[in-house]
Amino acid sequence: MRVAVVRFPGSNCDQDALHSLRDDLGIPADYVWHEDRDLSGFDAVFLPGGFSYGDYLRCGAIASHAPILDEVRRFAAEGRPVLGVCNGFQILCEAGLLPGALLRNLSEKFVCKSVRLLARNASSLWTAGVPQRPIAIPIAHGEGRYLCDEDTRRRLWDEGRVAFVYVDEQGRATPEANPNGSVDNIAGILNETGNVLGMMPHPERATNPLLGGTDGRTILSALSALGV
Amino acid sequence: MGLTREEYELLVRLHGREPSYTELGMFAVMWSEHCGYKYSRPVLALFKKYREALEGQGLENAGIVELGDGLAVTMKIESHNHPSAVEPYQGAATGVGGIIRDILTMGARPIASLNSLRFGTIGGNREAPETVARNRYLFEHVVAGIAGYGNCVGVPTVAGEVAFHPRYSGNPLVNAMCVGVLRMDQIATAAASGVGNPVVYIGSATGKDGIHGATFASDALGEDNEAKRPNVQIGDPLAEKLLIEATLEALQTGAIVAIQDMGAAGLTCSTVEMSSKGGVGMRIDLDKVPMRESDMTAYELMLSESQERMLAVVQKGREEEVLGVFRKWGVHGVVIGEVTDDGVVTVLRHGRVEARLDPKLLTDACPTYRAPAEVPDYHQRALRYQPSGLDRFDPKESLLRLLRSPNVASKRWVYEQYDHQVQTQTAVLPGRGDAAVLALRGTPKAISVKTDGNARHTYLHPYRGGSLAVAEAARNVACTGAIPCAVTDGLNFGNPQRPHVFWQFQEAVRGIADACEALGTPVISGNVSFYNESDLGEVLPTPVIGMLGWMPNKDRALEMAPREPCELWLIDYPQSEDSQLGLGGSEFLAEVARVEDGVPVAPDLGMERQLCHWLARMAGEGRILSAHDCSDGGLAVALAEVALTGDKGLDVALPDTRHGAIPALFGEWPGRVIVGVREEDGPLLPTRLEGTGLRAKKLGSFGSTSRVRIRVGEGGEALEFELEDLREAFEGALPSLLSEEGEGSV
Repeated sequence: MRVAVVRFPGSNCDQDALHSLRDDLGIPADYVWHEDRDLSGFDAVFLPGGFSYGDYLRCGAIASHAPILDEVRRFAAEGRPVLGVCNGFQILCEAGLLPGALLRNLSEKFVCKSVRLLARNASSLWTAGVPQRPIAIPIAHGEGRYLCDEDTRRRLWDEGRVAFVYVDEQGRATPEANPNGSVDNIAGILNETGNVLGMMPHPERATNPLLGGTDGRTILSALSALGV
Repeated sequence: MGLTREEYELLVRLHGREPSYTELGMFAVMWSEHCGYKYSRPVLALFKKYREALEGQGLENAGIVELGDGLAVTMKIESHNHPSAVEPYQGAATGVGGIIRDILTMGARPIASLNSLRFGTIGGNREAPETVARNRYLFEHVVAGIAGYGNCVGVPTVAGEVAFHPRYSGNPLVNAMCVGVLRMDQIATAAASGVGNPVVYIGSATGKDGIHGATFASDALGEDNEAKRPNVQIGDPLAEKLLIEATLEALQTGAIVAIQDMGAAGLTCSTVEMSSKGGVGMRIDLDKVPMRESDMTAYELMLSESQERMLAVVQKGREEEVLGVFRKWGVHGVVIGEVTDDGVVTVLRHGRVEARLDPKLLTDACPTYRAPAEVPDYHQRALRYQPSGLDRFDPKESLLRLLRSPNVASKRWVYEQYDHQVQTQTAVLPGRGDAAVLALRGTPKAISVKTDGNARHTYLHPYRGGSLAVAEAARNVACTGAIPCAVTDGLNFGNPQRPHVFWQFQEAVRGIADACEALGTPVISGNVSFYNESDLGEVLPTPVIGMLGWMPNKDRALEMAPREPCELWLIDYPQSEDSQLGLGGSEFLAEVARVEDGVPVAPDLGMERQLCHWLARMAGEGRILSAHDCSDGGLAVALAEVALTGDKGLDVALPDTRHGAIPALFGEWPGRVIVGVREEDGPLLPTRLEGTGLRAKKLGSFGSTSRVRIRVGEGGEALEFELEDLREAFEGALPSLLSEEGEGSV
C-alpha cells in the first residue's frame, strides 16, 4: 500500500497527512504535485485540507479542474480508495465524485475544535474498522455546512452512504452537536461504491496520543488493513 | 513626510545635496520612528543582547535560540496598531503576514503564531454606546483578519491574549508574534555580498497600496483616519503560503546568499538594509519590478508596502536553480539588479537615476533623541493608595462578576476561530494550559510559548509592570513544564515627546531588562510602537512579553488542570507585607470596586527563577499533574479556571486570611502557582522544595465532588458554586456581549 498525498497550491494539511500516515501509522506515502498526471505506483489517494488556490471562486472549485484530478477520477472509478478531508472533501464535491456541496458555516465563522462523530456505515472499506461509539476528531473549517437536495439526502441514507454524523457524548445527533449547520448533522459521505470518502473532520490530526487522541487511526488504518 | 526641519537639514548635510523626491521619501521612511527607532534606541540599550549586538555583529543572529542537536528556534513580535485602527481586517491580517515573513527570511519554517490584542470596552457603561459599538466592530474584524490570514497560510495560531480598557478606544493594539524552527547550519542572512551577484525580487507584484505605511505608523491617529485607508496594505494569504513553501525550497539549493522581507518601507528598506549590512552597494532597475499598474513612479515603487514580497541576493550563475523553484510554485522571481562595489544604492526608472545614496546614511545616521522624562502625579498617588471598605463586597458575587469580566472570561470565542492545530504539533491547546506547547516533529523536545502584559499594572507602576510581565510570562511557560529561555517584546506606548509617556517607556523597559537578566531570558528581538494615541488620548503603556520555553521531553507537558482526582497545592515564596493587601492595580479593584489605583506587588525575581525551574523539574520527573499560575483575579479566579478546565469540582481552604476574605480571594500576589499532586506525593512536596526558598501549602482536593467549594480559612465562610454556574459566567460572557444588538457597526 502506498498513498499519494496530493499537493495543490494552498494545501496546508498535506504535510500533516504525510506525517500521520508515515510516522503514526507506518503507511508509505508520498506527495504528488497538482500538475502531475500519473498516479502509477500508488494504491490510494489522500486529498488533504487547506485552501487550494486560495479558495478563490469557491472552495475546491479550481482544484477540481487540476490535471491530477483526471487520475483521481480514474482511481475512483476503478474502486480504489480515495479520501478527501476538509478542502479535499470540497474538491471531491466540486469534481462531482461526491454529491452535494459545502457552504459557509451557519455561524459565519471559522471553527476549530474537537467534535464527536458516529459512524453510520459499518461496512465500507473506510468505515469497517471504526468502532460503534462516538469518536473524537478535530474540525477546522469555515465552509463545512453540508447541503444536498432532498432526493440525494434520502438516497445517501437509504444506500448507507452517510459515513459520519456529528453527535454529542452520548452519540445523539443533536442540533447542539452540529458545529456548522450540516443537513442531518452529516460530517462525511461515501460514493455509490463506498471507496471514495469525503469528510470535514481531520482524522490525520488524531493519530498521535501527544496531540489529543488517536481516534483518527480507526479511519486511516483502513489503508493498512487493505495491505499492498 | 514626517521629517522635522532639523532632520531635513541634517540629511542635506550628510547627503551632500538636496535630495530628489524619491530620495526624500526614502529618507523619511527610514528615519521614521517605525524604522529608525529615534526615541527608543538609547533606552533599548538596557537590553543586554541588543547592546551587545549593536556593539558587535549586528542584530540579526541575536534572534536565534539554540535547543541543542543543531536545532534552533527564532521568534519575533511586531505591532500593526495603526493599520488595524483604520481597517481592522486587513490591518491585522497583514500584521500576521509580515511577522511570518520575518521568521521565514531567517531560514526558519514558521510553526506558530501568537497575538496580543487590546481594545476599548465592548460592554458595560464606561463608554458611550457608539464607542462600544465601534470597539466591538474592531475586535470582531481584527480576530476575523487574523483567522482569515493565519488559517489559510497554514501557521497555527496557538496562544495570545485579549484585554479591554477605555484607553484603547480609538487606538486598538494588534501585536502579532511568530515562532519558527530551523537548523543551525541553515540560518539565512540579510547581508548582501558578492559583487556582481544578481538581486532577485520575489513574490507578489507591487501596487500602490501601503505607500508611507511606516511614516503613518509613526504618527498619532486623528480625525483623518478614514483618509488613511489607502495607507493600509491588502493581504493575500495564498501568495504568502506559496512564498513560504517556495522560499524554504529555494533556500535548500544553497544558492541564496542573502534574503530579506519587504515589509515596512518595502523596496527601500530591503535594498538599503541589505546593502548597509553587507557593506556593499546595489543597483536596481525598477522597470523590471512586477507591477500591478504600469504607470507607477520610482517614488511609489520604492515606498509601496504591497504584501508578500521579499528581496534576495543569489549566487551569480545559479539564478536558474532558484528562479525555477519560484516558477514551480507560481511565485514571481525576477532579477532586478545586482550587487555593486561602490557602496551606493542606485535606483533607476525609465533609464533615469531616480535615487543614488549611501545606505549607511539611512540605516545608521538617523538621529536619536533622549526625550525628557517626568514622573506623573497619578503614580505618586497610586503609591499611597489604601484599600478600604472591602467588607461591602460579597465574595461570591464578586467571583462571578470577575469571571464575567471580558478581561478574565474565556476567550473561546476568539481561539475557536483560529486553526490552532494545523501542522499537527500543538500538544497543549488554547484554553487548556497556561501556555501553548508545540511538540517538535522529529525530536523528543517541545517548546512552550505565551504572550503576557498587564497594562494597568504598567500604567500604575511601569517598572513593576515591565518586570511582572516577564515574570508572569516565564511562570506561564514553566507551568507547562518548560524552562523559560528567551523573550521577544512588543512595546506599545503613546507619544514619546510627552514627558510622562517617555518616563513610562523608560521605566517599563528597565523593569523588563532587569527581570530578563534575573530570569535568564534575554530579549532576542522586539518592536517599539509609539504614537498610540487618538482624540481620546494615549493608550495605557502596554509592553507585551512573548516568552519562549523548552522542555527535553514533549510527553511531559502539563495542562492547567489535572485529568484525574488529586490534591491541589499552592506553591509560592514568602512575600513581604503589602499595605495595599495585594489589591493594588488588581482586576478586583478595577472590575468590582471600579477603582484603578494602587500599585502591583513587586516580584522577587530570584524566587521567580527558582519557581520556574522547580516547576520544569517536577514536570519532567512526573511529580506534578498540572500547574496553573494565579494572575488576574487572584487565587479565586485561578481555582475556578482549574475546575472549569478540568471539568470537575473542588473543595479547598484558602491559606492566608489575615486580612479578610477579599484580599485572600482576589489579591494578586506574584509568584503563586496551583499544582495538582497525587495523594501519595502531597506530603513529599515540602522535601522536594528544600533549598529553593519556595513553600507549599495544601489547598484541598480536586475531583472529589461535583461542586466548587472555597473555604476562607478554617471554619470560615464557604463560597459554594455549581460548576455549571461558573461555566455560564466564564464561557458565556464574550458570546453574550458580542451578540448584543447584533454585529457592531462601523
